[in-house]
Amino acid sequence: MAEVSLRKVVKRYDDVEAVRGIDLDIPDHEFVVLVGPSGCGKSTTLRMIAGLEDISDGEILIGGDVVNDVPPKDRDIAMVFQNYALYPHMTVAENMSFGLRLKRYPKAEIKQRVTEAARMLDITDLIDRKPKQLSGGQRQRVAMGRAIVRNPKVFLFDEPLSNLDAKLRVQMRIEIKKVHQKVRTTTVYVTHDQVEAMTLADRVVVMNHGRIEQIGPPNELYHRPATKFVAGFIGSPAMNFIPCRIEDAGGTLQVRISDTIAFPLPREHAARYGGTSRDTKLLLGLRPEHIVDAQSGQGPSFQTFNATPDVIEPMGMETFVYFPIAGVQLCGRINPGIDARAGVPLRLAVDLNHMHLLNEATGQVL
Amino acid sequence: MSTIAIDKAGPSRKTKYGSISRDRAWALRWSYFFLIIFTIVSLVPPIYMLITSLKSSTEISAATNPWWVFHPTLENYIALLSSNQFLTFFWNSALVSVLVVIITMLISVPAAFALSRMRFWGSATIATGIFLTYLIPDTLLFLPLFKMFATFSDWTGIPLINRWYVLVIVYPTLTVPFCTWIMIGYFASIPKELDEAAIIDGASWFQTLTRIFIPVALPGLIAATIFAFTVSWAQFLYPMVFTTSTDQLVMPAGIITTLIKGDVFNWGQIMTGALLGAAPPLIIYAFLMDYYISGLTAGATKG
Repeated sequence: MAEVSLRKVVKRYDDVEAVRGIDLDIPDHEFVVLVGPSGCGKSTTLRMIAGLEDISDGEILIGGDVVNDVPPKDRDIAMVFQNYALYPHMTVAENMSFGLRLKRYPKAEIKQRVTEAARMLDITDLIDRKPKQLSGGQRQRVAMGRAIVRNPKVFLFDEPLSNLDAKLRVQMRIEIKKVHQKVRTTTVYVTHDQVEAMTLADRVVVMNHGRIEQIGPPNELYHRPATKFVAGFIGSPAMNFIPCRIEDAGGTLQVRISDTIAFPLPREHAARYGGTSRDTKLLLGLRPEHIVDAQSGQGPSFQTFNATPDVIEPMGMETFVYFPIAGVQLCGRINPGIDARAGVPLRLAVDLNHMHLLNEATGQVL
Repeated sequence: MSTIAIDKAGPSRKTKYGSISRDRAWALRWSYFFLIIFTIVSLVPPIYMLITSLKSSTEISAATNPWWVFHPTLENYIALLSSNQFLTFFWNSALVSVLVVIITMLISVPAAFALSRMRFWGSATIATGIFLTYLIPDTLLFLPLFKMFATFSDWTGIPLINRWYVLVIVYPTLTVPFCTWIMIGYFASIPKELDEAAIIDGASWFQTLTRIFIPVALPGLIAATIFAFTVSWAQFLYPMVFTTSTDQLVMPAGIITTLIKGDVFNWGQIMTGALLGAAPPLIIYAFLMDYYISGLTAGATKG
């Protein structure tokens, strides 16, 4: 096991910069998830750590050693691919032991490691089957088993659950977390699914356009996003962004959304945003769960307003309402007991304690 | 509500299914029609060969029904199989073909692997170039090749002309390009993650080739083997040009050279020889067909 460090890592393809100078330190045992939209450079970064892609600039260290020019087989890493990449002509046991057999481990040890990994992944019964006789979830377990038996310094996962159906994905997510809790190997996991990122990671690295937008534990990213991209990417449904301005109102501050709607800021927020220019174009960031029905939203930090929902989405334990305000479509989450109907005005409340204010031009959270 | 839905869905689905099955039935009828024509066309020559091989010379030249054997005899078979000459032709053919297959595979499999996987400068151009060489008809090449080997023989003193082993050097120029091309195609169908997984597992390029690619691309390998064997077994022009002494001849050239004496055609033995000559490729096909199944990559990836 080992720590992984990236120092100003750059990847260029001809004239395109896929990864633009990434700095990242992953301590031993940590589970880090690289998340971002497709084309953000997350997979390229992982492949550079694996050694499957050359590094154009910068350094990658595994266990304190620079591995820029070390071939993948000498990096002591194991990788799980999105499409499993099992060797089709080998049985499950042969697939899992392939790496160990290449390194000429004693037969007894190979058998013991394979048996143990198979037990951990609950695939003991499948050990003599060929990959084509397995289901998608079973294949992905075997792919994980192949990584585990090697007992590598680092696990690399490249969107391992993307090919599975939704239910299996949730199940395998839990399996992966369990395995990591047992083996504690440093793990770098790439996904475009922010739910996977949130649920699995010790720390999440949000990437966009080849750069790191923010690094932090899941809850920190959720509650204290640094940029509009992170705020919008983490959380489902996504955060609402409403164009607004700050203005003085009788000794305190308020955010003006439209000619008719303005919310006075809670005291601590007023102090925080006091220095912001009154002319700056801002965005008010509010998560759907902080726009609630007026009955649920009782308290000093809540401000009520009227809106006419045009779409209602009942989810069972909650109901999402979509409504236009000041030219933007917003999403709120109301008590499922409320009889909300499309086209019928509804009294809603916003919880300004959880508001974010963003600079519209720079995308930075203030 | 649900009953209505079923009622509605029922007939429309049935109609659709019916039209598909009618299309299929017609497609099937047409395929059988053409298959029958194809079978007749391809079976008539060997049947004629078999019938003629069972006749005596007198019966062949007699004006009887050529499609029937009135006095079947094995004399042609006995004559050929007890002739040392014919056995030499057979042995030469076998030796040449087996050696050519081995040489072809040893060259074209690593070449195809390198060209399809180890991306290097010019690899795509070389791959296309290999295919283009295959497009040049071999009848255009035999004269320059003969001249080349003759000159080389003169310079070095190594006897090449009129030696069976010159064919082992010549035939790969015909088989290697095509086999490399087939193998490039097969290797290209193997997902990239498979070699990446092998490399991360600690395999070298060579181990990736021998332990992953060759077993996975086995159907392609067998197709290439069959092709190389057939080309070298059935090649007629080159042995006619390059070899002349009876102890150096391979079967196709040998049968023609020794069984046609001036304008006397020993039809019975020619047909017997041709039939016996066709046997080895047939046996090899039959044996390898069991392995010649596609879809060996099933299960490697999501698919």
